[in-house]
Amino acid sequence: MTDTQPETEASVTIVVDGQEVAARPGELLIDACERAGTYIPRFCYHERMKPVGMCRMCLVEVDTGRGMGLQPSCMIPVAEGMTVDTQSEITKKAQDGILEFLLINHPLDCPVCDKGGECPLQDQTMAYGPGESRFVEEKRHYEKPIPISDTVFLDRERCILCDRCTRFAKEVAGDPLIHFQGRGNQTEVNTFPDEPFSSYFSGNTVQICPVGALTAKPYRFKARPWDLEETESTSVADAVGSRITVQSSRNQVLRYMGVDSDPVNWGWLSDKERFSFEAFNSDERITEPMARSGGDLEPVSWGAAIAAVGDALKNTDPSRLGIIGGARLTNESQFAFTKLAKGVLGTDNVDAQLGDGLPAELVLGLPRATIDQACAPGGTIILMGPDPKETLGALFLRLKHAAVEDGATIIEVTPHRTGLGQYAAHHLHPLPGETAALAAALVAETPALDTAGVSADAITAARAAIAGDGPVTVILGRASVAESAAVIADAALSLTSIPGVRFLSALSRSNVHGALDMGMSPGLLPGRSTLASGTANWPNTPSTAGMSTAQMLQAAADGSLDTILLLGADPISDFPDTDLAERALANATVIAVDLFETASTDHADAILPAAAPQEADGSFTNLEGRVTKISRKVTPPGTARPDWIIAAELAMAAGGDLGIESLDDVWAQIAAVSPAHAGIDTASLDANQRDGVVVEGTLDLPAASGVSPAVADAYAYRLVVSRRMYDAGTILANSPSSAHLASGTALHLHPVDFDALGLDRGAEVTVSSATGSVSLPVEPSGDVPRGVAAVPANQGDIVVGTLIAVGDVATNVRVERGDS
Amino acid sequence: MARFTPDNLELAHEIISRYPRKKSAVIPLLHLGQEQDGYVTNEAMEHIAELTEVTAAEVIGTCTFYEMFKTHPVGKYVINVCTNISCQLNGGEELLEHLEETLDIRSGGTTADGMFTIEDYECLAACTEAPCMQVNYRYFHRISNDEVDGVLSDIRSGKLADTIPEHGVLQRVRQTIPAGKLAGIAPPETVVDAPVWMARNEPILAARAAAKAAEEAAAANKATEATEANEKGDA
Ligand code: SF4
Ligand code: FES
Ligand code: FES
Repeated sequence: MTDTQPETEASVTIVVDGQEVAARPGELLIDACERAGTYIPRFCYHERMKPVGMCRMCLVEVDTGRGMGLQPSCMIPVAEGMTVDTQSEITKKAQDGILEFLLINHPLDCPVCDKGGECPLQDQTMAYGPGESRFVEEKRHYEKPIPISDTVFLDRERCILCDRCTRFAKEVAGDPLIHFQGRGNQTEVNTFPDEPFSSYFSGNTVQICPVGALTAKPYRFKARPWDLEETESTSVADAVGSRITVQSSRNQVLRYMGVDSDPVNWGWLSDKERFSFEAFNSDERITEPMARSGGDLEPVSWGAAIAAVGDALKNTDPSRLGIIGGARLTNESQFAFTKLAKGVLGTDNVDAQLGDGLPAELVLGLPRATIDQACAPGGTIILMGPDPKETLGALFLRLKHAAVEDGATIIEVTPHRTGLGQYAAHHLHPLPGETAALAAALVAETPALDTAGVSADAITAARAAIAGDGPVTVILGRASVAESAAVIADAALSLTSIPGVRFLSALSRSNVHGALDMGMSPGLLPGRSTLASGTANWPNTPSTAGMSTAQMLQAAADGSLDTILLLGADPISDFPDTDLAERALANATVIAVDLFETASTDHADAILPAAAPQEADGSFTNLEGRVTKISRKVTPPGTARPDWIIAAELAMAAGGDLGIESLDDVWAQIAAVSPAHAGIDTASLDANQRDGVVVEGTLDLPAASGVSPAVADAYAYRLVVSRRMYDAGTILANSPSSAHLASGTALHLHPVDFDALGLDRGAEVTVSSATGSVSLPVEPSGDVPRGVAAVPANQGDIVVGTLIAVGDVATNVRVERGDS
Repeated sequence: MARFTPDNLELAHEIISRYPRKKSAVIPLLHLGQEQDGYVTNEAMEHIAELTEVTAAEVIGTCTFYEMFKTHPVGKYVINVCTNISCQLNGGEELLEHLEETLDIRSGGTTADGMFTIEDYECLAACTEAPCMQVNYRYFHRISNDEVDGVLSDIRSGKLADTIPEHGVLQRVRQTIPAGKLAGIAPPETVVDAPVWMARNEPILAARAAAKAAEEAAAANKATEATEANEKGDA
């Protein structure tokens, strides 16, 4: 909440323990004292949530003009002349008394409690509490930990009813699935019977519980806090780039904790971010280079692998060579691979996006917003992209906060209702393929007409919100891979006519924004510049733009591309058109640099094992363009090594030299070619450890492609394929506590469309498009508009990618009873 | 034991329509659920959550905060015996013991025929009438063991049917609010004018204010007259 507080010159003077202190008007006393260096003990107060005054631990003697009296300092805003005594006998007696009360029912099982050693109750009892309890009666008893979700366990005996977890669930996450139940001495936190706390953000409650009542499965009984070593780093699970601490013991990472980065994640993490370390620890990691001999992949030495791959790269005509992927890599490794491709091998066929993103020139050309700018009080947020709750969890929490607490107006421009829907003021659901038409209507001057399935009234109302006083930010991404990127690009270009509008990219795959900034896209060079600008000054830079992922796959399938280097990419699972990806990889020589074997590496002729983020230093660029450090905490398994080293060695083997022997070398080279990255290097990243540095600079915007809107045909339904938080993606599939959380593929139809089928929930239907047909269960959903057929992407059970023909404006489908 | 019956569902919608926010209807709907099944079932709570657009966890949180909502089956007649200090000093505990023996159940239990549940209660706010107890929240003051036996047999014989409805039954106190009397069902933040009830009271308030003003004027008159008289006297 602190950041939304306007920094005013005016301040309020209060007296803390005899010392005059300047406080911010409206600030809570507990915060004012802390900023002045006096820490007041607390359990329930959390600076990112509203105070409730539940625990009374923060009682201090305060004189607000009526004489000294005990008051909870988390509940009173400062006022001029307020006098506080945090050290008086009465204050101390109160704190001692509260602790004695709290310990009445709290078991003294610290030696076997996971929180022991980092427990606020334990620490504050030592610092402020009584040496002994006078309570000799029986404490209350509950069944020892009960699972309240798949990952979180609750020990109700230890709970001190501080209301942090329940407030988090309701206030911050908007998932009030845990609640106080009963009253008085019988009060407990619990879920409704058989309705688990299945929130995407449940892990945060474990982090903020001030006692050992809430524990998370991946860490339970794994270590004692005093055995942990930690380093601050950046989460790579999605493109938000939340700050985390990586904690390890005996060279094994045991947990990630959220770090409060004011411009980014405010300390919160989605469970996907929090528990993603499990995958990096997995036994499924590839630990040594492998090459195909006969039919099977056999381990080989690094020397042999690099020589063989180097030869393969060198001996392929640059126009018949392509690099797909790279969003998983650090900025430094991305730079190294871009230089390998565009500077040494001489190919521009490099694309970090897998046909599910947006044109790089568009993302880099639009005026960018930071998260803080997007969430500015009183602003207007146009969500024209994927559901942030599903794909960019920590960003969702910021956007929700902006709407609920800071009066931001959200306009949904999405194919169906999203997780932000209940906080949105306007819900515009254009038919897939017609988003650009709707965007044009939103900025047109003429009276609104019904457009893209959205009523004229709704458009007029949204126009008024856009014309309001506050800043306008568009959250821009691909809501559905079944609608072409060109449609969204054209829509975005229309919206640029809104005065002062800024765009926050909602591309969600890990360090994809770093990849774009490092030139991992056809036609680009590092530093948000184009091939034409020739900034890089490398020996073999091609002069014309190369192929995108879709074009490379098409070329490989047609036999006009011979070698594909996959950088942590799995096109078979992630490229919208599954068939095309299969045919392409089957046809080409495939070399994979990856952590895991995937559906795509099954086609690989060689695999080079790379180090995970927690195993290599580097940096990350988030969706704002904010560069923060990624820090190594443990060593990679086997002989896996950082990607940039692999790139440097491949360059050597291919007869070139990247001139890179350290990360400092990389930054020196980046500085030389990229004005956008001016001033960023390892030293400045160390100095701005928490908040990082935002890259500035834009490209010229591409012209609108003018795609004509999709037309309805006999197929009747428009397909929407959208990402969910949990899917069969490589990282999740290798995280034991998240792997089973993918919902499974089902078709969602508007209840009226569903009823028209005359089927039961979950009955099989056949969905067919011009390119394929699949059978899957059908469910009614109030979130889906009429005429839309919505399916989650990549759930690992049913392959819906066969329905999509890449490049089609939208995908029309037919839905019929029964399986095919 | 279940979700609302069609009749009750209709009633539930009517109750919800009285409030600017659906959520405000949770407590009245819990009463309705208790009336339907004698206690609030999980199915009813889920149904209430759907109707009021909150989570079932929030409904159960509200429900279990109130002692008068039961989440397990109870007898037709729930007897609350006060054992707090005033009643304890005047025989509350003996009263409880007597009931336990007579009905052959422990406090908290229900008789096999499903007629009676006994509960050990905190202060019923009738301390001057100790020892006291309630049957389905109807008070019995300064009650002796013999009188308790009388009450039990009167209940069994149906003699008290008019005064004590079965547990959970609310028909006799159910409100119906004529449309003209509704206090306005707009969300408070959208109300700019004075609330409806205020407007309704305006003539009354105006009359009162006028009367008060007249009274004050009269008093002031009197005071001036008095001063004038004094001044005259002084002169
Ligand atoms: S479980 Fe932990 S966070 Fe939740 S109320 Fe209890 S002590 Fe507080
Ligand atoms: S911290 Fe103030 S009452 Fe809990
Ligand atoms: S003590 Fe029994 S009614 Fe108050």
